[in-house]
Amino acid sequence: MLNFLGKRAVASGISFVGLVLLVFFLSRLTGDPTSLYLPLDASDEIKNQFREIHGLNDPLVVQFFNYMGDLIRFDFGDSIRRSEPAIDIVLRGFGWTLQLAAITLSLVIFFSIVLGSLAAFHVGGAFDRIATFFSLVGASAPDFWVAIVAIVVFSVTLGWVPTSGTGSFAHWILPVAVLFIRPFGLIVQIVRGSMITALSSAYVKTARAKGIKNRSIIFVHALRNALLPVITVIGDQAAALLNGAVVIETIFGFPGVGKLMIDSILQRDFAVVMAAIVVTALAIFLMNLVIDILYSILDPRIRY
Amino acid sequence: MWGRKVDNRLLEVKNLSVDFHTSYGTVHAVRDVSWHLDRGETLAILGESGSGKSVSASAILNLIDMPPGEITSGEILFEGRDVLKMFPEERRQLNGCRIAMIFQDPLSHLNPVYSIGFQIAETMTAHGRNKGETRAKTIELLKRVGLPDAETKIDAYPHQFSGGQRQRIMIAMALALKPDILIADEPTTALDVTVQAQILALLEELQQETGMGLLLITHDLGVVAEVADRVVVMKSGEIVETGTASEVYHNPHHPYTKKLIAAIPGEGEMAEPLNIETKPVLEISKLTKHYGALVALDNVSLKVLPGESVAIVGESGSGKSTLAKTILRLEEATSGTALFNGQDLISMDAKDLFKVRRDIQMVFQDPTQSLNPRMSIYDVISEAFVIHPDILDRQHWKARVCELLEQVGLKSEHMNRHPHQFSGGQRQRIAIARALALEPKLIVCDEAVSALDVSIQAQVLALLTKLQSDLGLSYLFIAHDLPLVRDFAHRVIVMQGGKIVEQGPVGQIFDAPREDYTRNLIAASLSPDPVIQAQRRATRKELQGATS
Repeated sequence: MLNFLGKRAVASGISFVGLVLLVFFLSRLTGDPTSLYLPLDASDEIKNQFREIHGLNDPLVVQFFNYMGDLIRFDFGDSIRRSEPAIDIVLRGFGWTLQLAAITLSLVIFFSIVLGSLAAFHVGGAFDRIATFFSLVGASAPDFWVAIVAIVVFSVTLGWVPTSGTGSFAHWILPVAVLFIRPFGLIVQIVRGSMITALSSAYVKTARAKGIKNRSIIFVHALRNALLPVITVIGDQAAALLNGAVVIETIFGFPGVGKLMIDSILQRDFAVVMAAIVVTALAIFLMNLVIDILYSILDPRIRY
Repeated sequence: MWGRKVDNRLLEVKNLSVDFHTSYGTVHAVRDVSWHLDRGETLAILGESGSGKSVSASAILNLIDMPPGEITSGEILFEGRDVLKMFPEERRQLNGCRIAMIFQDPLSHLNPVYSIGFQIAETMTAHGRNKGETRAKTIELLKRVGLPDAETKIDAYPHQFSGGQRQRIMIAMALALKPDILIADEPTTALDVTVQAQILALLEELQQETGMGLLLITHDLGVVAEVADRVVVMKSGEIVETGTASEVYHNPHHPYTKKLIAAIPGEGEMAEPLNIETKPVLEISKLTKHYGALVALDNVSLKVLPGESVAIVGESGSGKSTLAKTILRLEEATSGTALFNGQDLISMDAKDLFKVRRDIQMVFQDPTQSLNPRMSIYDVISEAFVIHPDILDRQHWKARVCELLEQVGLKSEHMNRHPHQFSGGQRQRIAIARALALEPKLIVCDEAVSALDVSIQAQVLALLTKLQSDLGLSYLFIAHDLPLVRDFAHRVIVMQGGKIVEQGPVGQIFDAPREDYTRNLIAASLSPDPVIQAQRRATRKELQGATS
């Protein structure tokens, strides 16, 4: 197990350096921040001074190694726009995204597993048809459109919930509900398919011959076997949410890391872009590790 | 007298008919089937695949999926009450508590993600037993079925046990609540002969202890002879014969029963050995294969003569399949040589190996898995010519495929069909035709007839023998079934733990085995004759009595 963790850490470290390298140079391609932050008629002298302060005068390669050197000391640099440490800004945004992802994902996991399992128990039955219909609709609904329609209906027309921003319980309802739809639809389908296989397996026949109650057959015997592919997809969806649900955060004015990333790219606020990417990459690495550990907990045949 | 008999009657199936509605139409799985089981009695339902022998047992435990299944008529009386008229909850309470079942393949029938202790205890808690007592009871049960280190093994998972141990665990699980009836569906089919004998002995012991009725579903007349009091013979969903095990074997009435008994291997003439002086087609010397610390093959040396059938027998883990894989270079040997017509297969480079592979072909155990379901039979067989293009011009492929199909007893119009349109025996014929396509000198048969019904086994073996005399083929025949080997092989090699224990002409191995291991192996195989089997059992018990 420790051996496995070590190997994973090394592999992730390598891809991490590759990622930082790529993002560092790609973000520089967007142009020079000087032209964005200084007035159009600023003198060359002032521009040069600005570049000097932010270390933009050095050759790119030197800038990169300076950045990596700082990174090792956990110094992500300061935001050009807000003049405060980039990492503080990013962690603030990431906190919001993390909450949004955790709430949405918990609801998705609970409802999709229960509904998918019950649909699989009576394949072709009324419940299965209804669940399949709605999950397909959910999996194929374009979320930006749903978000805008939801604002029009529930915020503007009915006035039940605020249109955007944060501050109260009501502010969470629409973003969570809209983010819920797609992963829910997808995961219900996966759970259903995986459960149909598990329920037709030989050990379920044994359980029936033993006189086990249907509830235990579904949720004890079949479900644990059916969960491995489900967890893989949940991990995938969780990664997408951790990256910041960019579109949804933008539509609902939600101050998460996705919106922050878009804003700072547009503003050529390199330090913030880099810090945001480093933080989400680390989070996704950790989450994948948790998924691998979950595999081995769920299935005793998997040992690292 | 009459009253006592009624008390003893545990289960009575009356005029049961079950249909399955499939997309190809309705299949009458069983038609108008009636049988009964008394307390303390062992009833065997004997039949080949597709005979419907398992269906009535599944109906008893409500294991038939409806739809597509439908019980169209009949009743199943348990202690006089029709279970088919009971509420689902009432039937659930019977399952596992009053009527229990064990299955053929214990690995897939045990849940892989729960410990065996959990799964045994669950039978008890599902029927209202107090959770606190189950652990001690489970350990007791595991000890009773002969599982070593029950106290520690209780928390282990199914994949950590051997096949025989898993079947013991299944038995412990089924007997947890001392059921009145135990249904055993092919309980020993996947096991080695020595383990089979142990499991059958255990079942019999437990039956004497508890007085339960044992319903045994099997295709094996040897198993019937060993344990059954009465037997019901089924064919195509109908009962063709019933009687005591001895009556049915010695005095069968129905032509099907007669045919079944005639097809049993191990009764015919044994082959004479070939002239040892002939130059061997394959000569293996000191072949060794290590998997880490495990020695799978240990200094194995043997010869195969042209036109000879050499059988390799041994229990699972004896290294017989590893030997085949190593010769075919599907696994790399650790050391040793295997000379095929004078060329060493083990040290050969890839180019030469490609050429030599034409001369050595393989037929696998399961024709369903070894034929690509998406390829037509023509594609399956002619693929050999695609891989070795110099062997035949494209314009002759069709004629050659027709010829090969006829050689294995199929028709040329079969070549446009797909594997799923054939029966198991026909599929194995196709696999043999594919092996013959390259005109090999040696065919390695890895348990090539084990998955087939007895009557089909006999046909396929007759085909292999005919091809041998027509084409001068040599066979390396890997098998665990000794009676089959007795009828088929010229020479027999007995393996245990990666080593050759004994080898010699078939007559010597079966009539005068030198090693204890071989003797045990032969003694453990079951005779279909209940009288002979009863004698063997008595001898075995005497031997056990003497040793203990």
